Amino acid sequence: MAQPRFIVVGGGLAGLMTTIKICEAGHPVDLFSVVPVKRSHSVCAQGGINASVNIKGEGDSPQIHFYETIKGGDFLANQPLAKGMCEAAPGIIFLLDRMGVPFNRTPEGNLDFRGFGGTLFSRTAFVGATTGQQLLYALDEQVRRYEAEGLVEKYEFWDFLSAVLDGEAVCRGIVAQDLRTMEIKAFPADAVCLATGGCGIIYGKSTMSMVCTGTAASAVYQQGAIYANGEFIQVHPTAIPGPDKLRLMSESARAEGGRVWVPRDGKPWYFLEEKYPKYGNLVPRDIASREIFHVCRVLKLGVDGKDVVYLDLSHIPAETLNRKLGGILEIYEKFVGDDPRKVPMRVFPGVHYSMGGLWIDFQADAQGNPTVGSPRNHQTNIPGLFAAGEVDYEYHGANRLGANSLLSTFYGGMLCGPAMVSYAKGLDRSAAAVATSVFEAERQRQQELTDRICRMDGKESPYVIHKELGEVMTDNVTVVRYNENLQTTDNAIRAHQERWRRINIEDAARWANQAVPFTRALWNMLELARVITLGALRRDESRGAHYKPDFPERNDQQWLKTTKATWTPEGPALSYDPVDISLLTPEARKY
Amino acid sequence: MPQTIDFRIRRQDNPQAPARWEEFSVPYQPNMNVISCLMEIQRSPVTREGKRTSPPVWDCNCLEEVCGACSMVVNGRVRQACSALIDHLAQPIVLEPMSKFPLIRDLMVDRSRMFDALQRVRAWIPIDGTHALGPGPKVDPHVQQAAYAFARCMTCGCCLEACPQVNARSPFMGAFVFGQVDLFNMHPTGGMHAAERLEAVMGIGGIADCANAQNCAAVCPKEIPLTEAIADLGRQTTRYMLRRFFTR
Repeated sequence: MAQPRFIVVGGGLAGLMTTIKICEAGHPVDLFSVVPVKRSHSVCAQGGINASVNIKGEGDSPQIHFYETIKGGDFLANQPLAKGMCEAAPGIIFLLDRMGVPFNRTPEGNLDFRGFGGTLFSRTAFVGATTGQQLLYALDEQVRRYEAEGLVEKYEFWDFLSAVLDGEAVCRGIVAQDLRTMEIKAFPADAVCLATGGCGIIYGKSTMSMVCTGTAASAVYQQGAIYANGEFIQVHPTAIPGPDKLRLMSESARAEGGRVWVPRDGKPWYFLEEKYPKYGNLVPRDIASREIFHVCRVLKLGVDGKDVVYLDLSHIPAETLNRKLGGILEIYEKFVGDDPRKVPMRVFPGVHYSMGGLWIDFQADAQGNPTVGSPRNHQTNIPGLFAAGEVDYEYHGANRLGANSLLSTFYGGMLCGPAMVSYAKGLDRSAAAVATSVFEAERQRQQELTDRICRMDGKESPYVIHKELGEVMTDNVTVVRYNENLQTTDNAIRAHQERWRRINIEDAARWANQAVPFTRALWNMLELARVITLGALRRDESRGAHYKPDFPERNDQQWLKTTKATWTPEGPALSYDPVDISLLTPEARKY
Repeated sequence: MPQTIDFRIRRQDNPQAPARWEEFSVPYQPNMNVISCLMEIQRSPVTREGKRTSPPVWDCNCLEEVCGACSMVVNGRVRQACSALIDHLAQPIVLEPMSKFPLIRDLMVDRSRMFDALQRVRAWIPIDGTHALGPGPKVDPHVQQAAYAFARCMTCGCCLEACPQVNARSPFMGAFVFGQVDLFNMHPTGGMHAAERLEAVMGIGGIADCANAQNCAAVCPKEIPLTEAIADLGRQTTRYMLRRFFTR
């Protein structure tokens, strides 16, 4: 068999780690990204990355990290992968350190660690408050090294349109569009990884970057890939509201002593500290966001009667703040104009992370340790199509712990790369032996879809539809969910789908056209919005980030289950799978 | 308080097409920045004269000044558009693409030369592999703070745009690359391979082409001490040349 071919779509942390692992095995990779990989959304991660290195002698261990990850996720995560991730974490930090990531240091020159949400240990390694940026740069540099050696070929400013599936529904490559020349091409590959990130842009404004539309995940969902746990969307408790985006104010602000309060009877009311004396401001994100909603919307105690609470750092010495939180203080100063060293920041919860995503498989031994190198790891239900990073549904269950996202991108990539190599080597017939007509047929299908978009001459604006989709999703499918409103939301999404057909494209240029790919992504966002909304509608319980006042308790009997959405022309068909709870018995989640 | 925000945007359909100016007005809202205004124009691409046009094309991603994508020239000054707050800008707000890079369309340019330069100067730590090799070297916390200042470079291109030495006929790589070379040379492992990087910056388009205008450090959105890196590399290359001369 000829040298196997590999495609990785997405140049954030998970995509780059997958790429590095494949290159290390000696194979070339074609790396596709809509933005230069160095500008991927991973740059926005602020607070840090978790690993129980126990540098502070607090008695922390990977076993405790594993337990807290599962508890933080309200027992919805499959346990072997989470266990594998927590055990691999110290090694991952050491690797990053060797790559030159300028982690903050202790006076002795060791890696420094800080506290974070959902734990009482100092487990989070960090680089100021721009940890994601620094980790992404480290991987970007390693990939550039492989690029210089000729092992990586980058396709930047290329948009993933679809997977190429052969007659047996096996993934044999991708179809992508050059966003400058607008050329649409098919690329064969024996294994394809989607590492395309989350889908927060479905909510219009979120803490996510503009590329986080979920369009690639939705495209393969519409081709038969299962989308799991879509209804679990993390709303981060502290973001700066803005007209274009909600800018994250990292949990690390609270880890370094930041306090959340609102004025009550003329005095500061530290409502998180009062209700959760043990964890205080560092309760997990789903809980903090619900409490803030309660204070603002039910008690009407938001600052100036608005949807605002204070996040206060002003009691901490400026030098400490600059060294440990410089990056986010700068964001607040630049975008709001106030100095958070002197005045409390004004924040409110914002959509932040998709726990759900493409369904992926894994293999573990009898002790629950993932089998590195198994081709099942990170493979979707479409053979040959893999997923890693925020786009997959694993690791975090119903609510992700802070600083576990960066960790899961690395661990996911470290499992996914070797899995793709094993899979490709085990193929009877390589992509090179697949008839060219298979590739041409999918290319042609995508060309026709794009040509149709270029001809759209109705009255609607794709950007206006998107804004309205974001508003209805944010109002009804975030922190507090009611069945009636979820049904209304699904009706609204379907109405938006009708409006989509009446779009006026305004720009049909065949060069660097942004309206056409956005319009295509908008349809894909609408399809995924239904998965999120209907998944939420059906799940009559409260678990992690999914909270229904009409069903306030977790219901393990009925709902300790993974939601699996399969595309049909009428909308998502939902089915449910048991969760792997072979290692830790579910218990009440108390903080 | 103004009711509307006025824009003059330089438009160009493709690298061969003639440039033109279009004017737009956007309803005022508090806390707006250049990107949020461009988004408003995108939703209703009608010029001040009432002519429908195509939505302007621009580059952006994170919108919190950490990805480096949205560099453009705002009222004559190169900067990140996302952090260009409307309340601080004189109107009409004039938007132009950066001029030192090949134009793609409207406000979007091609900065691939910067990524090529990073490859040329070998801006990475050559690790032995991703397998378990234990912790990295201990690092003095002061060295970490110094390194972090350079590590925040977003490859945004502002330092190239502002530099008189960078132009279509010059091979000068630009100031950012010296910050990166300094960063990797100061790392305990990276420093083992400093010679390779010094060779690269002593070559064509390297440090000898810097004319010390110091515009780079003045426009850097991350306030990276680029002039310090250039001075430091001047010393490193001199020492390296002498050593090479006497050991040849």
